[in-house]
Amino acid sequence: MNETQEWTTVIKPKDKLLSVDFKELWRYRDLYTLFVKRNIITQYKQTVLGPLWFVIQPVLTVIMYMVVFGGIAGIATDGIPQPLFYLAGTCMWHYFSDCLNRTSNTFVSNSGLFGKVYFPRLITPLSTVTSNLLRFGIQLGLFVVVYAIYAIGGCNAHLTWYILLFPLLVLMMAGLALGFGILISSMTTKYRDLQILFSFVVSLWMYATPIVYPLSLVKGKMAAGFDLYTIMRLNPVTPVLETFKYGALGAGEFIGWGWLAYSFVFMVVLLALGVVVFNKTQKSFMDTV
Amino acid sequence: MATAIEFNNVSKQYRLGLVSTRTLSHDLNRWWTVNVRGKEDPYLKVGSINDRSKKADSEYVWALRDIDFKVEQGDVIGIIGRNGAGKSTLLKILSKVTGPTTGTIKARGRIGSLLEVGTGFHSEMTGRENIFLNGAILGMSKAEIGRKLDEIVDFSGCERYIDTPVKRYSSGMTVRLGFAVAAFLEPEILVVDEVLAVGDAEFQKKAIGKMQDVSSSEGRTVLFVSHNMASIQQLCRHGILLKNGMVEMTGEVGEVVDYYLGGMKNVGDFNRRGNGAVRVRDFRLSSGTVTLGEDITVEVDIEAVHDADMVDISFDITDELGKQICHVSNYDDDYHIPHMSQGEKATVRCRMLGVNFAPGCYNSSIWLGNPYTTFDMVYSCIRFRVTQNETFIKRITPYDRASKVVLQSRWQ
Repeated sequence: MNETQEWTTVIKPKDKLLSVDFKELWRYRDLYTLFVKRNIITQYKQTVLGPLWFVIQPVLTVIMYMVVFGGIAGIATDGIPQPLFYLAGTCMWHYFSDCLNRTSNTFVSNSGLFGKVYFPRLITPLSTVTSNLLRFGIQLGLFVVVYAIYAIGGCNAHLTWYILLFPLLVLMMAGLALGFGILISSMTTKYRDLQILFSFVVSLWMYATPIVYPLSLVKGKMAAGFDLYTIMRLNPVTPVLETFKYGALGAGEFIGWGWLAYSFVFMVVLLALGVVVFNKTQKSFMDTV
Repeated sequence: MATAIEFNNVSKQYRLGLVSTRTLSHDLNRWWTVNVRGKEDPYLKVGSINDRSKKADSEYVWALRDIDFKVEQGDVIGIIGRNGAGKSTLLKILSKVTGPTTGTIKARGRIGSLLEVGTGFHSEMTGRENIFLNGAILGMSKAEIGRKLDEIVDFSGCERYIDTPVKRYSSGMTVRLGFAVAAFLEPEILVVDEVLAVGDAEFQKKAIGKMQDVSSSEGRTVLFVSHNMASIQQLCRHGILLKNGMVEMTGEVGEVVDYYLGGMKNVGDFNRRGNGAVRVRDFRLSSGTVTLGEDITVEVDIEAVHDADMVDISFDITDELGKQICHVSNYDDDYHIPHMSQGEKATVRCRMLGVNFAPGCYNSSIWLGNPYTTFDMVYSCIRFRVTQNETFIKRITPYDRASKVVLQSRWQ
């Protein structure tokens, strides 16, 4: 008997709260890339238009916004041409909401797979957020094309130096969506009605984010005794979106480093909390799902 | 030999009934007692032994209770037990799909688990893409799979279809592809659920052979769950018998299997289906061992629970891999039971003449029914062994396993 030899695997009822095994996550990086590939391959297989849908969706959405918010409601767009203004918001928001919707039912929709084999469950939402980047990229391409057409035609939209923050902004969008998503997915394994509640909340959330209207519009407005401008900026998605719109279009004014930092810290805390809760749930969810 | 796996008082508790009812109040109560008052979890003390036939007196049940044993490195362990004894729960905990309620498991080396064949296969992707995906899910790296790709494809026998989406595969082919990937896993500890019960006979033989290679030549530890006693005996060195979530017996595989089968005397111990209009009450075999070429007699006691017309009885005899050998029916001897009225009992005696099966173990199910419905079917309850007969088989080499019948021959 060689009892001095180390145990390599120890299975215990409950891990310590902060025992996220990042080494293990790294070991499964191949699975991560394969999941990303699978998500992309399977998404539009056996559809006639294929990835063209990535473009059709935002185009139709923008036309809709132009009719409803631009035409009927007559909401200003900071002097930016309506298609550009709406497209900028829609691209970013769709990436966020799509990531959130897909990651928030990780456990429920993968229970068949999770019930049969172990791998770090975090791989699944991570790969979802990554594979959604493809769609985001294509929609961003559409935005660039529309932008170029308007630029040639001459309009008052212009790039500012803040566009250099773009990679960080995408990262923050992904981080926020992932953080909320895994937190929600951990909660919905046990109390399934939260799923319905959250899909509802996400669709309302869009209106609490400056997408169909500029943030400057709510400046100085009060709602139920609160300063609406401050409340709007407390929404962690708002600073990200506003910075993107200011950077890309020069719309409105820069929201300020303080608010951007707030958003970033919010994301980091949310992710940390999400990962801890997710990690705790993955051990017991098979018994409750 | 070093210890490969050590189970220390592993228990697993489940809630009975609907999980969602009163979960929140139980959760709050548990949280209050454990975290605020600093006492033991109140729900761990309750909970009854897992016996599915009895009505529970508690809301909680122990699917596993104080499992405590060690597995030597390189050993092949067969885990047996009736349905609901806790076999699958044990494997699930070992493969980290779910956590134990109490206790710990320690292991040396990578644990690869095979609770299902082809886990994570996506029907829209090709065979090749699925090999990579499935392999990665089971814990292999891309490079590792790439190295073994040719062997995997070869083993599965699906080379022609490897670039076709899996949705175009037959179910058998999907299974073969899935097993082929799993067969080339190289963990130090392999956990296998009843995956061998799929595929055709040729593939089953291949799969069993592969598992034997894995344990004997490569020195890896294998834990294997099956209801098929023959493949357990063929593959495993030691056995663990689980009963109601507890370890009933451990030891040499032969002893454990004999003990287990010896304990299965009543028809109620076996899997069965049917509407229950007529039930099998008991059965007897003239002898558990029959010499090649001799007769074997089965007696079945039946009882009509309701009135029934045209009661037919038949036996499906299968070999040790579960492959059907022959069907024995009352029609073949013009024997009929036209009617049974409620409460009527009868004993049917069937004498099978000149058993010419190759030496080995055989199982048979009992079927009661009529052309429209099944009254009662008791699976694999009759078990007998056919032994050599020197006047029939005189060759020097042992009778090969692949042949299932013996044909007498005259030579000039």
